[in-house]
Amino acid sequence: MTMGEAGLASGLAVFAFVCFLGTAMGHDQAFSFHAALACAASVISVVVIGNRYLDRPAELPPAEIGGRPNYNFGPIKFASAMAMFWGIAGFTVGLIIAMQLAWPALNLDLPWTTFGRLRPLHTSAVIFAFGGNVLIATSFYVVQKTCRTRLAGDLSPWFVVVGYNFFILIAGTGYLLGVTQSKEYAEPEWYADLWLTIVWVTYLLVFLMTLVKRKEPHIFVANWFYLAFIITIAVLHLGNNPALPVSFLGSKSYIAWGGVQDAMFQWWYGHNAVGFFLTAGFLAIMYYFIPKRADRPVYSYRLSIIHFWALIFLYIWAGPHHLHYTALPDWAQTLGMTFSIMLWMPSWGGMINGLMTLSGAWDKLRTDPVLRMMVVSVAFYGMSTFEGPMMSIKVVNSLSHYTDWTIGHVHSGALGWVGFVSFGALYCLVPWLWNRQLYSLKLVNWHFWISTIGIVLYISAMWVSGILQGLMWRAYTSLGFLEYSFIESVEAMHPFYIIRAAGGALFLIGALIMAFNLWMTVNAGQASETEGAGALQPAE
Amino acid sequence: MSEHNEIDRVSGRSTTGHEWDGIKELNTPLPRWWVLTFYATIIWAIGYWVVYPAWPLVSGYTTGLFQYSTRASVVTDLADLEKLRGEKMAVLGSASLADIEKDPALLALARARGKTVFADNCAPCHGSGGAGAKGFPNLNDDDWLWGGSLDQIMQTIQFGARSGHAKTHEGQMLAFGRDGVLKKDEIVTVANYVRSLSGLPTAPKFDASAGKKIFTENCTSCHGDNGKGNQELGAPNLTDKIWLYGSDEETLVETITNGRAGVMPAWVGRLDPVTVKALAVYVHSLGGGK
Repeated sequence: MTMGEAGLASGLAVFAFVCFLGTAMGHDQAFSFHAALACAASVISVVVIGNRYLDRPAELPPAEIGGRPNYNFGPIKFASAMAMFWGIAGFTVGLIIAMQLAWPALNLDLPWTTFGRLRPLHTSAVIFAFGGNVLIATSFYVVQKTCRTRLAGDLSPWFVVVGYNFFILIAGTGYLLGVTQSKEYAEPEWYADLWLTIVWVTYLLVFLMTLVKRKEPHIFVANWFYLAFIITIAVLHLGNNPALPVSFLGSKSYIAWGGVQDAMFQWWYGHNAVGFFLTAGFLAIMYYFIPKRADRPVYSYRLSIIHFWALIFLYIWAGPHHLHYTALPDWAQTLGMTFSIMLWMPSWGGMINGLMTLSGAWDKLRTDPVLRMMVVSVAFYGMSTFEGPMMSIKVVNSLSHYTDWTIGHVHSGALGWVGFVSFGALYCLVPWLWNRQLYSLKLVNWHFWISTIGIVLYISAMWVSGILQGLMWRAYTSLGFLEYSFIESVEAMHPFYIIRAAGGALFLIGALIMAFNLWMTVNAGQASETEGAGALQPAE
Repeated sequence: MSEHNEIDRVSGRSTTGHEWDGIKELNTPLPRWWVLTFYATIIWAIGYWVVYPAWPLVSGYTTGLFQYSTRASVVTDLADLEKLRGEKMAVLGSASLADIEKDPALLALARARGKTVFADNCAPCHGSGGAGAKGFPNLNDDDWLWGGSLDQIMQTIQFGARSGHAKTHEGQMLAFGRDGVLKKDEIVTVANYVRSLSGLPTAPKFDASAGKKIFTENCTSCHGDNGKGNQELGAPNLTDKIWLYGSDEETLVETITNGRAGVMPAWVGRLDPVTVKALAVYVHSLGGGK
């Protein structure tokens, strides 16, 4: 038994015991339930580690076989499957809450199914569960392939993927039970935050150590973006979540920050979750999967360097634009806005590199719906990274803030950019990992069109309703009184909420087609002749 | 790994010589328009910093040439709004309700103000058109629980009904069944009697004289001998076919058994006096004002 196996198994055994005590002594049911889940998961993990030790050969898998890297694909397969699962779950909850806004009776008058609890379930499921698993899966794949070396660590990559998904489980069940620290996109309570910290630091170490033992002289651009994403998310998570639990046996805690400082920390975190999770991380995916799929070189190495450093330097300042016209000091609002404007071109650097990489291969868009999906995702990226700086301008924000326009903006980025580039990456990755040919390109084409129509319906409905909402809120009569009451603006939203839900339903249908396609690829697909799962492409 | 640069056939550009898993990079220079636009946004940002509050200092911050502040701008906006509303707004403050009714311009102003305030404060219970709902009175008809004159409406808005305020309207429908005053069959009988007061059909076995007797002994003290109600007590008129909770036998039995004591909050203190006055004028104008 290796040190890692013995250490992790005994650590988890102790943790199981602590969680057993937590279950018995917890002050609230949600805490006891989570402690019981952690206890069960720890016990199962100890058993699995033991079985794995008994089943495996005396030696650990070699780093190389016949001079070629022996890539570690197990954890990547797990994270890819979880990404698809959480994706479907998150899109479904999104559709439910979209319909709740159109037809409030669907809240069902049950605490667990109200909009207030399902909304964070939706956002966390799509951003952190779906997006996070895609990022972990692709980063582990890309870092191995572009460093020509096996993933660092033996159990640690498994600890990262399983531990991360356990965090999702705790967060998601917590929302349904009403456990929240009421910080947007950072709702999980203190114990979930602590667990995520451990998992994330392990993730950083696995990624870094793999980079350290690379066989290539240089670090590929995608890996810069992945590393920036991992490090910054760690910093943001720690900065935004310092909290004092009411009791170490209860789920409630209070955030150390207060008042406008708390708001500033929250949006520094919130906006950079967009910047480093949803932008830098997915740009890394773009930088590997688009050149790979198009079989073309990256358009400009210089642009990739300049826009990378400009992006990460400027993004971190942009958070205050979420707090325009609030108690946040004017100078901070100015900085948030001006840095957002300066961020426009650095963001577009990624779009240029993604789109121009296609030069010489545009004809492939007609025949390869996977590549088309990724290219359209870059187009959506370009659109939302123009719209974002525009909305950060104070006069525009005074109309758009608190309206559905923001929801439309977020979803053009989330569905169009993050969703489509992830789908494209998974359509590439699953056949590569399982050494199969993709079951059906025709189904990918269906997925592409159905989801694209869904996105267009979604974002155009939200643009129109958002601007309508903003205009209604600020309309004055000639006598100097507000023209519309709030409830009138809510009534006016109804048709757009139905269109939005229809768009969301189409997006979900597309994802279900994808899940079927990938399931058939893994379970009934033909073995691939071109690319071996463990085999290396000749590097020459 | 080839560390030598090669020329890409499609673009004619040289590569950087790096290669990862088959991916190469072209040595394309930065697009000129991209660089220029990037510089332009930076220059614009610097300009913005010069004229607006921008950078924190040890104590304070750079205030900018425009001396802009959000607080000052709100003050200006509110002053502009007052200017738009005009001098009549000040008159509205000092005018009596009767004065307002007499001056068409003042009346229009008060209604406009009242409409806005009604939509954001009253509509959640009384409906956006004031049509009411079960338990929440319709304000469009001429049936008033606590009186429909301007002064009475203003009184109700200010202090509410059973709101807990010292000056609120009190008086409630008693729980004749729950408190054991009437038996179940007596309640059914009197419920049918109440239905008969407004000409609604009664149950086949209904004994009208028994119903009248129960009504006289228990109900007339508030609802009056002929069931016409009493606005001093907020006791509804039972003869006018307007029902706050419903006229079917089941609902009436429920009302008589458990009583009713709907609450309207007091708005004095939440809305300023001029606004309450405007609101009273608006509600009075909805259709049933007396």
